[in-house]
Amino acid sequence: MAGPARRRLAPYLMILPGALWMLAFFLLPLALMVSLSLQTGNLVDGFRQTFHWQNYTDGLSIYGDKFARSLWYALLATLACAVLAYPAAYWIAMHGGRHKSTYLFLVLLPYFVPFVLRIVSWKLVLTDHGPVLGPLRDHGLLPADLHVLDTGFAVVSGLAYNFLPFMVLPVYVALERIDPRVVEAAYDLYASRFQAFRHVILPLSLPGVFAGVIMTFVPMSADYVNAEVLGGPRNTMIGNVIQSEYFANSAYPLASALSFTLMAILLVGIFIYARALGTRDVLEAARR
Amino acid sequence: MTETKHAAAPPDVGAALPAIELAGVAKEYRAHGETVAAVRGLDLEIAQGEFFSLLGPSGCGKTTTLRIIAGFEEPTAGRVYLHGADVTGVPANKRDVNMVFQSYALFPHMSVWDNVAFGLRRRRVPKEEIRARVGEMLETVDLTGREKRRPAELSGGQQQRVALARALVNRPRALLLDEPLGALDQKLRQAMQVELKRIQREVGITFVYVTHDQGEALTMSDRIAVMNDGRVEQLGTPREIYERPATRFVAGFIGTSNLLAGEVERIGDGRAVISYGPDGRIEVPLRPALPAAPGRRLELTVRPEKITIGTERPGGALCAVRGTVTEVVYLGTSTNYNVSTATGADVVVFTQNATSADHVAARGDTVWLSWEPRHSYAMGAAQ
Repeated sequence: MAGPARRRLAPYLMILPGALWMLAFFLLPLALMVSLSLQTGNLVDGFRQTFHWQNYTDGLSIYGDKFARSLWYALLATLACAVLAYPAAYWIAMHGGRHKSTYLFLVLLPYFVPFVLRIVSWKLVLTDHGPVLGPLRDHGLLPADLHVLDTGFAVVSGLAYNFLPFMVLPVYVALERIDPRVVEAAYDLYASRFQAFRHVILPLSLPGVFAGVIMTFVPMSADYVNAEVLGGPRNTMIGNVIQSEYFANSAYPLASALSFTLMAILLVGIFIYARALGTRDVLEAARR
Repeated sequence: MTETKHAAAPPDVGAALPAIELAGVAKEYRAHGETVAAVRGLDLEIAQGEFFSLLGPSGCGKTTTLRIIAGFEEPTAGRVYLHGADVTGVPANKRDVNMVFQSYALFPHMSVWDNVAFGLRRRRVPKEEIRARVGEMLETVDLTGREKRRPAELSGGQQQRVALARALVNRPRALLLDEPLGALDQKLRQAMQVELKRIQREVGITFVYVTHDQGEALTMSDRIAVMNDGRVEQLGTPREIYERPATRFVAGFIGTSNLLAGEVERIGDGRAVISYGPDGRIEVPLRPALPAAPGRRLELTVRPEKITIGTERPGGALCAVRGTVTEVVYLGTSTNYNVSTATGADVVVFTQNATSADHVAARGDTVWLSWEPRHSYAMGAAQ
């Protein structure tokens, strides 16, 4: 092959494996699931394509409260993550010195423990007579009728705990990239420590927060393991519904329709979020 | 708190106080268990309205000195005074000096206007006044019409001018500039040198300018402190520093210097006479406090542009040294010769290509170098 022709083809050849992978394992199953979400039938008689859009309206009307609860829990847990992660990321980026990578490793350390084990450990912490709450209760430091497990709080705390690193890392990267001279320039121009943070450091780190919010909120709102283990039967999220409709009830079309509804809500939500608070506009808003 | 050093002086002589005074300022760092001195006992007085340069190679302590004046670093010893007030220990945001950073350090998320207004807003200057002063300052630096641009949308030279405006708009007691032209290309740098000097004259603010570029320092400064290894090697006007370098280091760092050394034959008429190689002779004007006596070796410098190159031994009172041409570099308006003298010293000669009889020597030719005795500058005893 001639040189220029090969050079023109090279980029396409390079994306080919990835593109094939996405086609085979993402787009194709996605298309099959879209088709499935419009079918009717049951496991015994089989499923047929009937373009039954009612799967979607049924899903929303039956499980609307679960959608709302999922988004609410994910929102609370995302806020908790942001509040917990920002100071930690700030400290590592600004004062971590030579040990920055060690501290980042410590943030990621829980991730070397399997997901289920982490949630079960969290359950152990929150359980009424566990090693944490038990002694406190025995010494009268907690009211006897206070239950943490099987509450919405337990689910939100579990979500925040499990997704914290996904907030720490992007915020850290954004803070780390700030030129220290720019912060010095703020001090040089009479800014107090708070003003330098408010007018320079915070706005320059917002793209990291923006990324962190997406990386935590999206998987949180579809999560079902935390609600399953920590939330008990009264605090289920939409993920639990999809899981039980699919695996327990074999209601494949309904489960698929619920999945796509969630996906649509998230995509629209992120689009609005990005438009309203997109990187540049976040900065614009924070400037004053 | 700040405390007035010259408490007895009436306030109206404030202008006579040095804008910046460093008294015995030293800065040491601890790195890997070792103490490294960045600045060693610096005493400097910079006058009001002066264009003052700190010139030296990287690592000489010039930037540390500037950062100590700005308040980003605290000296490990000594005091810093701004207009007579002791500001040692006062943080940067409470010092009435502003800095132009090497990489400009503009706020990337703010427009040109907001960058320039930053300091005034922090000082709670009334809105109306901010508008007037920022507008006026942008006009001074020729950026009117670009108020809404972000720094990333500007050229290097424009960013440079925003950095300048952002600092000057606060009307600081002194402007501190840390290699501000380092990132610009040669042509723009020269234009900005003239521009900086114009702006400094216009606003009348003291400029403290850190650079490793001797040409820049010579062009713009009223006075230059040549720094090396945390100390000031020489403090003087550009002419003094160029014509009469105090140390071997200064002679080598500023411009091109030819270092020659020889044994003093006799002393007379305020001059030392050195015989140099076969037939060669150098006369050096003596200065007080220069240890020169017959029989002792003396080191001297001659600037390349003072030397004439010829094929005949010049007569009269001229200094004359014989050598062999090792290199000829034609530069259009001038020609540079490298000549190896009889005693092995390398001498550089610049000649203007003013006449057509310019080509006086080729590589390998034996030539005579000559110059007027007053252009010999004695450095001190040679090793």
